[in-house]
Amino acid sequence: MNPLYILALIGGALIGLSALLFAGGIGRVMGVSGILKGVLGKVTKGEYWRYYFLIGLPLGVALYSQVVPGYHMANTNPSYIIAIIAGILVGVGTSMANGCTSGHAVCGIGRLSLRSLIATLVFVSSGMIAVYITHFFS
Amino acid sequence: MSKTTNLISLVAGILFGFALVLSDMTSPDRVRGFLDITGKWDPTLLFVMMGAVTVSVIGHFLLSKKETPHFAEKWHFPWVKKGIIDNKLIVGSALFGIGWGIGGLCPGPAIGSIVFLDPYILVFTVSMIVSMLFYKKFTTK
Repeated sequence: MNPLYILALIGGALIGLSALLFAGGIGRVMGVSGILKGVLGKVTKGEYWRYYFLIGLPLGVALYSQVVPGYHMANTNPSYIIAIIAGILVGVGTSMANGCTSGHAVCGIGRLSLRSLIATLVFVSSGMIAVYITHFFS
Repeated sequence: MSKTTNLISLVAGILFGFALVLSDMTSPDRVRGFLDITGKWDPTLLFVMMGAVTVSVIGHFLLSKKETPHFAEKWHFPWVKKGIIDNKLIVGSALFGIGWGIGGLCPGPAIGSIVFLDPYILVFTVSMIVSMLFYKKFTTK
């Protein structure tokens, strides 16, 4: 098997583990959009854990580049217009659906929630259709 | 109590961020490649999901036997199997999927990848946060 796929499996397992640490430790859903939405407004002292998570996330990414130097993310279509439109769709969409990939696909499906399974099937399908349509513009 | 909560949250964030780069989910090309089923399909994201969901399902099954979480008085999420399936869930997920597909980023990698200081990622992340803010403003009274 391609070594990249093995890394992907290990990475995925670690993502599952981080979600379990979060759920088992503090009893919450490790959903990035939900945690982020919670700091956009009044934040009480009891909710500071949200900041800690949102700081930990980029710290983990930075830590990786310290341990494994030379990582470059690949993005062959870096259009700012796309970045703005996609950002709006992701921001509004995850707010409406109350969750994104981490909250619905990893945590929700992990709890065998039908709601999250449906959300995941919908966003994977619409993502596939969107990518298919972009072929006609490039 | 809140110190422990903050620490767990920080460690989970670090582990999550580290795992995202390890599996290259911080590359928009990988995400677009996974969704590109009629083109050059890239199964990497599928392997990430298989790893994550397997661990998550087993772990949550074990957690569901416990009365409370380790460091909190109660579960802050429902253990119900069904939940509310309404138009908001469907339309919201559909919109999110389109943005995910064309942008190649979802909220986790968008926040985590801030450290790359890549202008595309920063524009996406700001746009995402601003639209969340607007959505919250116009929907909560």
